Amino acid sequence: MLAELGNFAMLLALLLATALTVFPLVGAQRGNVAWMRLARPLAYGQTLLIAISYVLLTWVFVQHDLSVAYVANNSHHLLPLVYKISGVWGAHEGSLLLWVLILAVWISAVARFSRDLPLPVVARVLAVMGFVSVGFLSFTAFTSNPFERLLPAAAVGQDLNPLLQDPGLIFHPPLLYAGYVGFAVAFGFAVAALLDGRVDAQWVRWSRPWTNVAWGFLTLGILLGSYWAYYELGWGGWWFWDPVENASFMPWLAGLALIHSQAVSEKRGSFHAWTLLLAIAAFSLSLLGAFLVRSGVLTSVHAFATDPQRGMYILAFLAVVVGGSLALYALRAPKNEGKPFVASSRETLLLANNLLMTAATIMILLGTLYPLLIDALGLGQISVGAPFFGVLFTLLMTPVVLLIPFGPLSRWGHEENMPLLLRLMLPWFVLSLIVLVLVLLFWPNGTLRTAAGFAGGLWVLAGVGVYLWRRLKVQRQNLTAENVGMVLAHAGLGVFVVGVLVLESTQIQRDVAARPGMSFEVRGYSFEFVGVEERMGPNFVSDFGTVRVSRDGELVATLHPEKRHYKAGGQVMTEASYDPGIFRDVYVALGDPLDANRTEWAVRLYVKPFIRWIWIGALLMAIGSFVVAFDRRFRRRVSEAEAVPAASRGAPA
Amino acid sequence: MISRWLPFGVFAAIALLLGVGVIMNAGRTQVEIVSPLIGRPAPDFALPDFAKPSQIVRQSDLRGQPYLLNVWASWCASCRIEHPVITDLALSGRITVIGYNYKDERAAAERWLRQLGNPYHRIVVDETGRSAIDWGIYGTPETFLVDAEGIVRWKHVGPISPQTVERELLPLLDAIGAGR
Amino acid sequence: MNTVMLRRSRGMLVLALLAFAGLASAIMPKEFHSTEEAERYRALSHEIRCVMCQNQSLADSPAGIADDLRYELLARMREGYSDEQIRDWFAARYGDFVLYRPRFNPTTWALWIGPFVVLAAGIWGLVAVIRRQRPLPTVRPEPEDR
Repeated sequence: MLAELGNFAMLLALLLATALTVFPLVGAQRGNVAWMRLARPLAYGQTLLIAISYVLLTWVFVQHDLSVAYVANNSHHLLPLVYKISGVWGAHEGSLLLWVLILAVWISAVARFSRDLPLPVVARVLAVMGFVSVGFLSFTAFTSNPFERLLPAAAVGQDLNPLLQDPGLIFHPPLLYAGYVGFAVAFGFAVAALLDGRVDAQWVRWSRPWTNVAWGFLTLGILLGSYWAYYELGWGGWWFWDPVENASFMPWLAGLALIHSQAVSEKRGSFHAWTLLLAIAAFSLSLLGAFLVRSGVLTSVHAFATDPQRGMYILAFLAVVVGGSLALYALRAPKNEGKPFVASSRETLLLANNLLMTAATIMILLGTLYPLLIDALGLGQISVGAPFFGVLFTLLMTPVVLLIPFGPLSRWGHEENMPLLLRLMLPWFVLSLIVLVLVLLFWPNGTLRTAAGFAGGLWVLAGVGVYLWRRLKVQRQNLTAENVGMVLAHAGLGVFVVGVLVLESTQIQRDVAARPGMSFEVRGYSFEFVGVEERMGPNFVSDFGTVRVSRDGELVATLHPEKRHYKAGGQVMTEASYDPGIFRDVYVALGDPLDANRTEWAVRLYVKPFIRWIWIGALLMAIGSFVVAFDRRFRRRVSEAEAVPAASRGAPA
Repeated sequence: MISRWLPFGVFAAIALLLGVGVIMNAGRTQVEIVSPLIGRPAPDFALPDFAKPSQIVRQSDLRGQPYLLNVWASWCASCRIEHPVITDLALSGRITVIGYNYKDERAAAERWLRQLGNPYHRIVVDETGRSAIDWGIYGTPETFLVDAEGIVRWKHVGPISPQTVERELLPLLDAIGAGR
Repeated sequence: MNTVMLRRSRGMLVLALLAFAGLASAIMPKEFHSTEEAERYRALSHEIRCVMCQNQSLADSPAGIADDLRYELLARMREGYSDEQIRDWFAARYGDFVLYRPRFNPTTWALWIGPFVVLAAGIWGLVAVIRRQRPLPTVRPEPEDR
């Protein structure tokens, strides 16, 4: 009964979403105020219905109703409650409903907080977002319905994939979706502006905080995915350039470019065409990501179940939404106007940033789709993996790292006093070079990459420091939230650079055959293998290992790597164990018993220097983005007079 | 500046590619690697004969007439499924079928053959699987068609169905002039 | 990796190999002659793709065939093969599919050079945009940064 109710709520929501797409949009085109006014109530109504539907699905899951196919396929009576709740988004159908729910929340938020925007704008934006909702709701309802019955009901559930029975995986999808879906706001605004024929700094200012929040969530989602892969999968990796990972990284890069481009659009009235295009691109890449994960087109450990029918459905939707918006762009994009700028201004640097991020995004897209292209053309089968992506990404990001200190230091429009800037940064440049040489010579196991990591990180952080000093001490101005956010995010990049390069160049791993009592030495750490015993968990049996790690005779940590055998599905999961540290992680994973008596075990030992800096850097970027969103400037009512002259009006600066 | 239609054009191309991709991948759960051996000489091996383990069979011994090399193992579920098809092929006399027992246990293999019947003209045994790597074998069942000159002409990954025999193998057998 | 993920694809082939692989894991103790050898092995095993998995390198895969291939990798290294020769060795048996670092040949020129073409086009465009900017009125520079 409840499942049917949930399905019904979902279908009703689809109806409302369709109404939301049609009436306000037509109303805006025709100036019909009554129809435009329908937008908000329809938005709220749709959200309420989807929320009801989602709650019902969760309820059905928690009650362990095995007559619902989705529950039978993804749950088990022994599954702990928290995973019964998070398991709702553990597979294709349920995660789609979550997607739709998060979109509905964003739609309602836009409806709620858009009081000071003109009604036609709000109507159009909500209509566009409503259209996206229609697409996903219909996809869910007609091809991937989580409420489908299984008759006769299953006797036993097939259990949630054990990989998902983990705290990290509880939060990873919702955060990721909050990010992907959040880009729909900027997208909605872009399409609304194109439909209107008028691109206005007002909408850019309005949509900026939303984009920042969305990007912040996406950053957190990716960060969490990376961290989870590290501690859960057992071989200490944090990024694999897997197609599905790339599918989340591309919108992230486009979003990054968008954030910067929006800043220019809002303040200078220029780059409108770029900002529009990036807003469309960021969300399009989100949709593309959803397609790649669910269509079976690409091989990935990460992909959901494949089904060509579903693939075609999403592709068709993608074609309409993205194709439609890009066609609209081609027809109606504004000319680039706004305040002029010279070569050595901040605009140039931000354009360069756009360019490099776009090139990186295209590179990743190319690499991800290339095997498919070659196969489709009948030219054979190739693989494109980390060796390609890593090299090219580093190459493209090197100019970014080198130029980033100059962005905040330069001025808008006018020729910056270049000699002054260079003089400001020169000492730090020299210092970075000195650090480079010192690290290369003296850092234990250090290579050129290690040195580049430290030097690059120092350079970026110095840039941030110089900016702060100049602004606070020399110009005696306060920092706005926007400034603070920028400082945090850029500092985050510096920290990240150190983390990545130092880790990748100095990490070490050793596979050993261990008997109780044996000790192994890795990079100054002594790993003593104590033994393995059997333990029971709620829905698994565990080979529970104990390894004592010491350094210079002192005990550093007692680690417990496990191998869990899940009763329901028979899967085996590695639970690695690690001792976290700011400057290194010590990490142990348990392999298989090497003899019949289970006294000798394969064990993998790792020392991973500076790995936390990767995630701390990413966290800083996310926090920075959120902080920017809360700048008071965005919350002030925007009056027409205050807004920078619209592109269509070409008023003097 | 930038051609306004460029983004649309790029997207259209991508969408087309993805559409092709969806159709191509329909029904495929695992990437099937196209063998680089097609058109090249069959790799050599020196493996014991199943019937007479003391006797070593070399790839070169098998030259002179075309043959089908069928990789199987007793632990392989799909091999059971294709067994009737293999048997039919062998019985039809159109092609010699050589069995390649891959990473198997002798007793289990013997039991398997007793249960299902032995369609093979000869069986070579690769217990460690090392020689199989030279053939680019990565799972079972796999089947190769080698012509009289020892050139690999065709490889099929997965169980062979009657349709596969009909559509792919028989025309090829005609082409290389195998069988009466 | 975990046999869990392989469960997603229900191809018979996978099941067949799984039955054999059992609880194989990617952790296989090996005695290396030196840290350089260990490091080279680690780097190469990340570059070669597991032929039986859903996008995993030899280093990370628990499949039985991956185990065999890792053995072969070390054997080739000890026989004195260079990195490129090792890649050739694997590609001769399993095709270019097995290399995560795509080769540089006419088929992959677009892949390796494409991003730089885009970058070059972008730089050219950037320069064009800057040149097109109309000259600035000579006014006092605006108050520093917002």
